[in-house]
Amino acid sequence: MFLGDPVPSVMGSEDIGRAIRRMAHEIVERNEGADDLILVGIHTRGVPLARRLAQVIGEIEATTVPVGTLDIGLYRDDISQRPTTALAQTRIPVDISGRAVVLVDDVLFTGRTIRAALDALIDMGRPRVVQLAALVDRGHRQLPIRADFVGKNLPTSATERVWVHLTEIDGADGVAIEEGP
Amino acid sequence: MNDFLTVEGLPRAELTSLLDLSDEFVEVLARPIPKVPALRGRTVAMLFFEPSTRTRMSFERAAKALSADTMSFSPGTSSLSKGESLKDTALTIKAMGADALVVRHASTGAPWRIAEWTGLPVLNGGDGAHQHPTQALLDALTIRQHFGNLEGLQVAIVGDIRHSRVARSNIAAFSTLGATVTLVAPKTLLPVDLAGWPVHTAAAIDEVLDSDVIYLLRIQKERGGASVLPSLPEYVSRFGLTWDRFARMSSDSVVMHPGPMNRGVEIAPEVADHPRSLVEPQVANGVAVRMAVLFRLLGGEADDV
Amino acid sequence: MMSEFVLKGGQVVGPGGVADADVHVRDGRIVEIGVGLASDRVIDCNGALVGPGFVDVHVHFREPGQEWKEDIETGSRAAAAGGFTAVVAMANTDPAIDAGHLARYVSERGADVGLVDVMPAGAITLARGGTHLAHLDELWAAGVRLFSDDGDSVHDAGVLRLAMDYLSDLGGIVAQHAEDRTLTLGAHMHEGAVSARLGMRGMPALAEEAIIMRDLALVELTGVRYHVQHVSTAGTVHLVEEAKRRGLPVTAEVTPHHLAFDHREIERMDPAYKMYPPLRTESDVMAVREALGSGVIDVVGTDHAPHAAAEKDVPFDDAPRGVIGLETAAAVVNEMVPLGPVEFFERMSVAGARLLGLDRHGRWLEPGVPANLVVFAPEVSWTPHHFASRSENSPFKGRRMKGRVLATIHDGAVTYEAS
Repeated sequence: MFLGDPVPSVMGSEDIGRAIRRMAHEIVERNEGADDLILVGIHTRGVPLARRLAQVIGEIEATTVPVGTLDIGLYRDDISQRPTTALAQTRIPVDISGRAVVLVDDVLFTGRTIRAALDALIDMGRPRVVQLAALVDRGHRQLPIRADFVGKNLPTSATERVWVHLTEIDGADGVAIEEGP
Repeated sequence: MNDFLTVEGLPRAELTSLLDLSDEFVEVLARPIPKVPALRGRTVAMLFFEPSTRTRMSFERAAKALSADTMSFSPGTSSLSKGESLKDTALTIKAMGADALVVRHASTGAPWRIAEWTGLPVLNGGDGAHQHPTQALLDALTIRQHFGNLEGLQVAIVGDIRHSRVARSNIAAFSTLGATVTLVAPKTLLPVDLAGWPVHTAAAIDEVLDSDVIYLLRIQKERGGASVLPSLPEYVSRFGLTWDRFARMSSDSVVMHPGPMNRGVEIAPEVADHPRSLVEPQVANGVAVRMAVLFRLLGGEADDV
Repeated sequence: MMSEFVLKGGQVVGPGGVADADVHVRDGRIVEIGVGLASDRVIDCNGALVGPGFVDVHVHFREPGQEWKEDIETGSRAAAAGGFTAVVAMANTDPAIDAGHLARYVSERGADVGLVDVMPAGAITLARGGTHLAHLDELWAAGVRLFSDDGDSVHDAGVLRLAMDYLSDLGGIVAQHAEDRTLTLGAHMHEGAVSARLGMRGMPALAEEAIIMRDLALVELTGVRYHVQHVSTAGTVHLVEEAKRRGLPVTAEVTPHHLAFDHREIERMDPAYKMYPPLRTESDVMAVREALGSGVIDVVGTDHAPHAAAEKDVPFDDAPRGVIGLETAAAVVNEMVPLGPVEFFERMSVAGARLLGLDRHGRWLEPGVPANLVVFAPEVSWTPHHFASRSENSPFKGRRMKGRVLATIHDGAVTYEAS
C-alpha cells in the first residue's frame, strides 16, 4: 500500500528481521528458557509476528513454542462507537494456566487493545505471568501499560499514523510514519 | 444490522458471515469462563407472548454470556391480559430501558410491528407459522459443523410443514446455502401452494432415507382445535422415523429435531438417543447463534441511525 | 335551506354522451342546462365532468353503538367528500338494525345531518344471529329496501329460503355477504401463494363462491331480487354472469380496493390491507375490473368500514377487517377501470339508484330533476392525507391518486367543495 509512496520508511525488511531476532533472545533470557512459554498474537498483524518470534525462539532453544491467536473484538471498551468488524479466530492451543504468556502486537499505542487482551486472557485461565512484545512502541499511553520487549521505540505525534506491513499479510515488510490529516 | 426478523431473502454471504461469527461464540462457550464483556451495560428484553421455556432460556443464556442484562415478559400475569395493547406493552418495556427486544408471538408479523413502534433492534424469536430465523441459523451451523458445508447436501424435512415457522426458515436458509431440500408430509400438512419454492416433495419418509440429513418436526394431532391427521399411528406408519427406517439410512447421515420431541411419534426413542442424532449439538449451537445475532444487533453502530 | 348557483364550464354527462354546458340549480332542482348561464354564485368546474351524485350501496356508519369508529354525521361528511348523495348504511351496528324504530333512527339522523340520504339496510335475521327472521315488515314500512346480515352470511339455507320467500313478496333485495365461516375459520387472508409463504391460514375463493352457488339456486326457487356484495373472485364473476344470462334477478357490486390491490400487498403484513373479502390474486383483480367495465358487475360499493387507529395498529392476525373507502372511491375507479364518462356514472350512480328504487338520485341531468350532483375531474391528481371520516384506515392514505371530486350537491345545496 505504501510501497512507492513518498512516506518515510522507518524500518525496512532487514531492520524488522533484526528486531525480531533480538526480541526473541530477550524473551528467552527473561523467562530463563522456553519451557512454559506461549506466544499469543493479537489480530491482525500480531499473529504473523508471534509466529516469527516462535520460529526464532524455537531455533534458539531447539523446541516448539505454541502460538495462539486472539481477537479482542469481544472485549473492546469502545464497542458502541466503532462498527463491529468480522471477528477473527481466537484459538489458544494449550491451557494458559501456569504458563508465561507473551502477548504480541505490531504497534503499542494507547494501551487499550492490550487491556482488552488481558481481560480475554484472564477469562481463559490463570497465567503465571503475562508479558508484552510489541514491534513498535509509539508512545501516547492512555492506560498504565508498558511493553516488556520492544522492536523499536518510535516517538510520534498523536495525529501521525504508523504503518506496519508484514509479508504474510501485506506482501512486504516495512514500518512507516505518515503525517496526519 | 438493525433487526433480525427473517432469513428469507438473506444473501448467502451474510448467512455465512453469521455462521462464522457463531463459530467464535462456540469457542467462547467452550472456555472455562464462557463469558465476554461485549454487551456489558446493555439490556435485552425477552417478550415471549407464546409459552416457551427452552427458547427463552437459550436467549437469556446468550445475552448473559455477552454480559448483557436481561428482562423477561410473559403474558398471563401481565398487564396485557388487562387489555393493554401490544404496542403499549412494547413501548413500556422500551421506556424501562431495554436496548433490544427478543419477540415471540403467535401473530404473523408481530416482531415487524414492534420494531416499527419502538425503533429498537428486534430479534424474531418466532412469529406465527412464519419465521424462526435463529432456529435456522443454529440448524445450519450444526449441519456445517458435521459436514463442513451445506453445498450439495440432501436434506429432508418431515412433518407438519404447513404450520411450521421452523420449516419455513430452514427451507430458506438451507437452500440459500446450497442444500437440496425435500419436504415430506401428507397433503394436509404441506403449504397450500408450493409454486416457486426451492423444494422437492415426497409422499412418505421411505422415499428420503438416502438423505444426508433427516430433519423431523414435532407432530401434533390437533392444531387449533381441529384434527389435522386421522390418527397418530397412521402418521407414524408413513412418516415416522422408526428404528427400522433409521437402520436403512446411510451411516454418514444424521437426524435432527428442533425439540421438544414426541418420542415414539415422529422419532423412535432409540433414534433420538443415537450418536447420529444431533439434537444436543443443536441446542448448544442455539446459544452461540443467539450470541452472534445479539452481538451483531447491539455490538456497534448503536449510536448511529 | 335552499340556494341558487350555477355550475359553470363543466362537461355535463348524459346518456347520450358529454356536452360542454352550465347547470343552473335553484330550490333543490336543476332549472336550466345551457351555455353562458349566470347567477350570483358561480362554481367553476374547469372542464370537469358534471353528473348525477354517486350512490353507494354498501357503507358502515357504525351508529348506533360504535361511534368511536364513525357516526352518521362523520360518515355523511365522508360520503359528501367522496361525491356521494345517497348511501345504504349496513345493519351490523349495535344493536343491529332488525326492527323498524332502529331503521327510522338511522334515516332520521341522516336527514338531520342533511348532507347525504342515508338509507338503512335491514338485517335479515334477528340480531344478525342467523336463526330467526328480523322484523322484515316493520323494516319495509320504515323504508328499508335492501336486507343484509353483512358482516356475516346467512348460513342456514332454511332460514335464507324463508327470508327470500318473504321478501320476494314485498320486492325487497336480499344482499348476501358471502363467507362460509367453516372454510374461513382462523384465516386472515386469501389462501394462495402468499399465505403459503407467510404461514398464515388463508380463505379459499371457494368460501365466497360456494355460498353464492347455493344462494343462486335459492334465487331460482324463490324469485327474490338478489345482490352479491363485494365480489372478489373470478369464480364469483363467472357465477354472476351465468345467473344473469339465465335471467335471474341478480345484481353485483365490487369495492374500489378489490380493483386496486392483490394479495401481494400482504407480504408486508400491514393490517391496512386486511378486509373481507381478502385481497385476491392478480387474475381475480383483472376479472373484477373487466366485469365492472362490461357491466357484469353493476355498481361500485365501497364497503366503507371505519376502524379506530388503535384497533388497526396491531399485528395482522389480530386486526379487525375493513378499510374506509368513500373519499377515494371515484379516483380508484377512474384509475383502475377504463370507463367512458357515461359508464362511469352508470356504475357509480345511476345503476345503484335504479337498484334501490331511488327516484331522486342517479338521474341523468335535465331541468326539473332533483339537484343531487357531483363535479368530478378525472384528470386532477391529489394525495389523500386526511379524511373527513372519523377513522383513517385507508390503504390509499398518502398515495397519489388521479381523479378528484371538486364539488358535491345534495338536494340543491353544496355539501362539499374541494379546497
